[in-house]
Amino acid sequence: MERLAFDVAHLLAGSIVLLSLMLLYQDRLYTLINVFAMQAVVLALSVSWQAWVQDAPHLYLTAAIALAVKAIVIPVALHRMIRILGIHREIETALNTGPTMLAGLGLVALSMAVILRVTSDADILAREDLAFALSVVLLGLLTMVTRRNAVSQVVGFMSLENGLILAATGAKGMPFVVEISVAFSVLVAFIVIGIFLFRIRERFDTVDLEALDEVRESRR
Amino acid sequence: MIDGLSIQISQMLLVLALAPLLVGIVRAIKARLLRRRGPSVLQPFRDIARLARKEAVVAESASWLFRVVPYLVFAATWVAAALVPTFATGLLFSWSADLIAIIALLGSARFFLALAGMDVGTSFGGIGSSREVMIASLAEPALIMIVFTLALVAGSTQLSTVAEIFLSGVGLRVSLGMALVALIIVAIAENGRIPVDNPATHLELTMVHEAMVLEYSGRHLALIELASALKLLLYASLIACVFTPWGLAPAGAPFHVHLIGAAVYAGKLAAAGLLLAVFETMIAKMRVFRVPDFLGAALMLGSLGALLLFVSRGL
Repeated sequence: MERLAFDVAHLLAGSIVLLSLMLLYQDRLYTLINVFAMQAVVLALSVSWQAWVQDAPHLYLTAAIALAVKAIVIPVALHRMIRILGIHREIETALNTGPTMLAGLGLVALSMAVILRVTSDADILAREDLAFALSVVLLGLLTMVTRRNAVSQVVGFMSLENGLILAATGAKGMPFVVEISVAFSVLVAFIVIGIFLFRIRERFDTVDLEALDEVRESRR
Repeated sequence: MIDGLSIQISQMLLVLALAPLLVGIVRAIKARLLRRRGPSVLQPFRDIARLARKEAVVAESASWLFRVVPYLVFAATWVAAALVPTFATGLLFSWSADLIAIIALLGSARFFLALAGMDVGTSFGGIGSSREVMIASLAEPALIMIVFTLALVAGSTQLSTVAEIFLSGVGLRVSLGMALVALIIVAIAENGRIPVDNPATHLELTMVHEAMVLEYSGRHLALIELASALKLLLYASLIACVFTPWGLAPAGAPFHVHLIGAAVYAGKLAAAGLLLAVFETMIAKMRVFRVPDFLGAALMLGSLGALLLFVSRGL
């Protein structure tokens, strides 16, 4: 039983890391958002599994929030947004996929090496969850760094937050208030970013953030 | 000893007999899916027999290497295919059936074929060789990472041991799923199947494997065709042996268990042929410059699988 609980948690958390790497790899906006929605679904599954294993019913609520907000509301809103902005074609990445993937794998290796060394006396499930969560956070940051399109940077930010939820559920006894406030702050951030995107578009006629640099340089 | 020898010999003959049949089955199913009638499944045998009877024309500028390579390639591939357990694990040479040795045999076969492609000095041979080596330079590290993943789970790189340990059950492991997907991608690329290369193409500019062997004819071409059929069979058997080891006859089992093993193996091969044909019909060939992305995914999956195993081991 203990073994199975660990294996399933490993499977789900590993899939979340894999989906983060897919976010890094994906170069079309629609697919990017779909992969993000899939990651949220797997995250909800993983959180519910933790709820069942740890016998912590409030985690089911966290899973439901993750499923409703990040697998349905945000992807639908993002789809609407890119349709209104008219940018459903390809997105450029700042680096080639090859070096990006290598950097991503390096980050996964780094986070595992760090977490496994630091938390040598913690619970098995928590240790593993923390290692995976740190790599999801780092991969989200990398996605934000390598993308030039504002919408895909938003997706990177949201997937980073998925990593935070994964970390929060792995640690036993995380108060529910904290999780709720994290979830709502992300929602607020999403709304602010959404308004911001339209403002950028209005001002510069594009959501490619490279354009912002050009404007600044020409004023110098 | 005698048992091991007889199983080994029968396996060597079995792979040689089944390899063209597998190619024929894939072609027949593909033809049916495209609503063509297609040739009989025995057509590859007839092709090879006809090529073997024909005169071998060798270009004037060809060196001795050009004439030796078909035999080298065929021998290396046949040995590699004979080392993968197909219906029984009690092979005489199973102590040497190491995954890394099999990769090395296939790698040296590819090396000599690429040399032969450039030997005559025609431009298409050169293109084919350079593309084949580009694909191989990405597929081989991915394959090594997959082998590491399997070896970390099973504690051995010896195929018969890996199969026995997987048969006894290793639990639910996300790394093995990743290794399976990566191995399928590598198998598609290494055999020049559709998203990477089209085995039935007649357009020289898009060829990879076919361009390399463009100068060969007669018995040389027959050997190379047979070797590529053996390579396809090898990858199918490798996936079947590692990921679906059910039905493999263990060492020292009675005769009827071996017969059941052979029947199960035939079923697995037929399933592999069907899946390959359906997959190839559904997908379009990708541009040569997109192949690194495709194989990069395999490399990523293989390395991620190995990394995740380190996590669960490090606890």
